[in-house]
Amino acid sequence: MTEFSLIQWLAEPGLNHFLIVSAILFSLGLMAVLSKRNVIMVLMGVELILNSANINFIAFSRFTELQLDGHMIGLFVIIIAAAEAAVALAIVLNIFNRFNTVNLDDISSLKG
Amino acid sequence: MFIQIPLLILLLPLLGFLLLIFFGKPLSRYSDWLASGLISISLLLSVILLVFKLSVHPDESVTTTFDWVTVGTQTISFGIMIDNLAAIMLVVVTLVSSLVHFFSIGYMKGDVRYSRYYAYLGLFSFSMLGIVITNNLLLMYIFWELVGISSYLLIGHWYEKKSASNAASKAFIVNRIGDFGMFIGIMILFVNFSTFAFESIFESIAAGQLPFGTAGWLTAAGLLIFCGAVGKSAQFPLHVWLPDAMEGPTPVSALIHAATMVAAGVYLVARIFPMLTADALLIIAYIGAITALIAASIAITQYDIKKVLAYSTISQLGYMIMALGVGAYTAGFMHLVTHAAFKAGLFLGAGSVIYAMHNVLHKQHDHHTDAQDIRNMGGLKSKMPITYATFLIFTLAISGIPLTSGFLSKDEILAGAFGFSTLNGHWILPLIGFLVAGLTAFYMFRLLILTFHGEPSDKSRIEGIKESPLVMTIPLMILAALSLFFFYSFNPFGASSGWFYAAIERPASIVPELLQPASNSLFHGAVSSIHTFAMILSILIAAGGVLIAFAIYQWKKVSADQLAEKAGFLYRGSQNNWYFDEVYDKVFTGGILFLTKVLRWFDENIIDGAVNGIAVLANGVSRISGWVDHNIVDGLVNGTAATADRAGGLLAKFQTGKVQTYLVFIIFSFLVLFILIL
Repeated sequence: MTEFSLIQWLAEPGLNHFLIVSAILFSLGLMAVLSKRNVIMVLMGVELILNSANINFIAFSRFTELQLDGHMIGLFVIIIAAAEAAVALAIVLNIFNRFNTVNLDDISSLKG
Repeated sequence: MFIQIPLLILLLPLLGFLLLIFFGKPLSRYSDWLASGLISISLLLSVILLVFKLSVHPDESVTTTFDWVTVGTQTISFGIMIDNLAAIMLVVVTLVSSLVHFFSIGYMKGDVRYSRYYAYLGLFSFSMLGIVITNNLLLMYIFWELVGISSYLLIGHWYEKKSASNAASKAFIVNRIGDFGMFIGIMILFVNFSTFAFESIFESIAAGQLPFGTAGWLTAAGLLIFCGAVGKSAQFPLHVWLPDAMEGPTPVSALIHAATMVAAGVYLVARIFPMLTADALLIIAYIGAITALIAASIAITQYDIKKVLAYSTISQLGYMIMALGVGAYTAGFMHLVTHAAFKAGLFLGAGSVIYAMHNVLHKQHDHHTDAQDIRNMGGLKSKMPITYATFLIFTLAISGIPLTSGFLSKDEILAGAFGFSTLNGHWILPLIGFLVAGLTAFYMFRLLILTFHGEPSDKSRIEGIKESPLVMTIPLMILAALSLFFFYSFNPFGASSGWFYAAIERPASIVPELLQPASNSLFHGAVSSIHTFAMILSILIAAGGVLIAFAIYQWKKVSADQLAEKAGFLYRGSQNNWYFDEVYDKVFTGGILFLTKVLRWFDENIIDGAVNGIAVLANGVSRISGWVDHNIVDGLVNGTAATADRAGGLLAKFQTGKVQTYLVFIIFSFLVLFILIL
């Protein structure tokens, strides 16, 4: 059994490195979605999550036999993220018009 | 020939009825001639038909049928059957009916419901002719009931009189009792042979088929159909309606209660004769004999001229039924024909007398004296010579004095009963027969003497009596002529050589051999060996009856009152119709009233009690059910609702309304699933 060497592992970036970065990014995005009070911040968290997924796609595309499939999906995700941002900002504008705030804690009219 | 003419004979009186019932008011003044004209055409056609039948087809019965109603596979046909029996009967009915029509022109003059009267006469004639020509039991039953209803209408013609409307109801109801039996009898035959036609029924029985497979049912079916005859022909024990039916106009009595309606029963028995078993015939013979005796014994003490004739009619019908029962088929039917003539004549003669009496009493403004009571008459001989002469001929005929038609038929009946008794020892039948012959001669001459001979009870009243108009006396003369022997046989002492015996022959029995009555040849042998003796005996007995009547009422050798006193309870019983009406009133009316009282008590106490009990029970049950509903069912329903409410409240806590909380739930659940699956 070969001994695990951190230096060597860091020096030779492989699939795992990208996955770890993606996981960290996803966690950051999730953190922002769950904890930020401002709707805009939440939306930015969503963008982070989407981008972490993108990293995954590209990484799998690079290190497996899948060739360009990952790139294609990545491009789709970017486009959809753009569309989503447009729709989401429109929703935010409407929320602001109605509630006069973008603070998520104050928007709870669905409370049972 | 055998379709169109009988149909015309049948439908002409119906046409008269329809015209008069719908156009009675405008036709009122001509209704008599219209109705009489139509029935006279029927009479003419009947005579033509009879002559044609006897000369061209003497031995056949011609049947024509049309399909009438088809139900499923069962077809009921309307049929016309013309045999010698029907052809002769058609002439009898139309003849008496048309004479009564003409007589009524005089008798009913100025009546309040003149056209209505003729309309009903037409309806009656139609129904009676229907009975005669039909070939099946169902149609006969329908016409039978039509006769019942039209006789009801005629008897109740003067319905303002309480007694008349009661008599009409009584006649109808008593008849219905007999008809009920007849209907059951018809149904027994129909269920077994699925046909109503006489011929087909007879064919089936002759082929050995019995109703329900036993001979007892055949006897029962015959006797049940005979029940109808018991009702219509006023036989014991349903004879009580006929005397009361005298409340109708006298010509109606002549038509219904002498010649046609009451003859329908005899005709029916003659029609079903082949299928009657020996047992059934014996019972029929006894019923006829009992009826003849009871009615004759009542007739001898009656004072109402029509009542005497009514009881004499019942008695003579008893003769006919007895004749059929003992197997003297031709004699019985011949007596029906001869009796129709002389009894119609007697009733019309009585009508003529009553008419004259009534006119006199009306002129004297005497409204208390009974115009029908023979004690108020007497000495009418010289005032009403035609009525007297014809009445005398009729009386001779009914008494069975030689040279009359009545002698021919009655002598044959007595000989038949005598012959029957020599075959099987039922000697009581000829005994009653001869006794009744004597009684008949006695009471008829008593009537004649009290009405026409002797001293009038009130001179001034008798002075005013006038002979009835020609329209009334001509029918009397025609009937008197028909009561003489030569119309039926050229030999005044024996009918068996005449055309009547040639035309009407006793039909062969078709019941199984063991049940058959004595065969025709055996019967004829027995009859011919005692015929001369029976004839001499019957003449002697009739003469004896006449002599006694003369001795008591004409020459006053014996006092009638003393005799009555000596006879005591016999006299009172006879005077009061042997209390039949009272007994029926007590037993049936009283019995039904008592039964209704019992039923009422039962209703009030038991049925009402049960109903109330059920109500109380239902009340209790509904209370319990209400409690259960209120507490258990409602509890369950409310419990369900409350549970749902609580569960909802619990679950609502998860709905914070905050998007991020939901997201936390989603991610948490996702993680849980993730861990579980991996």
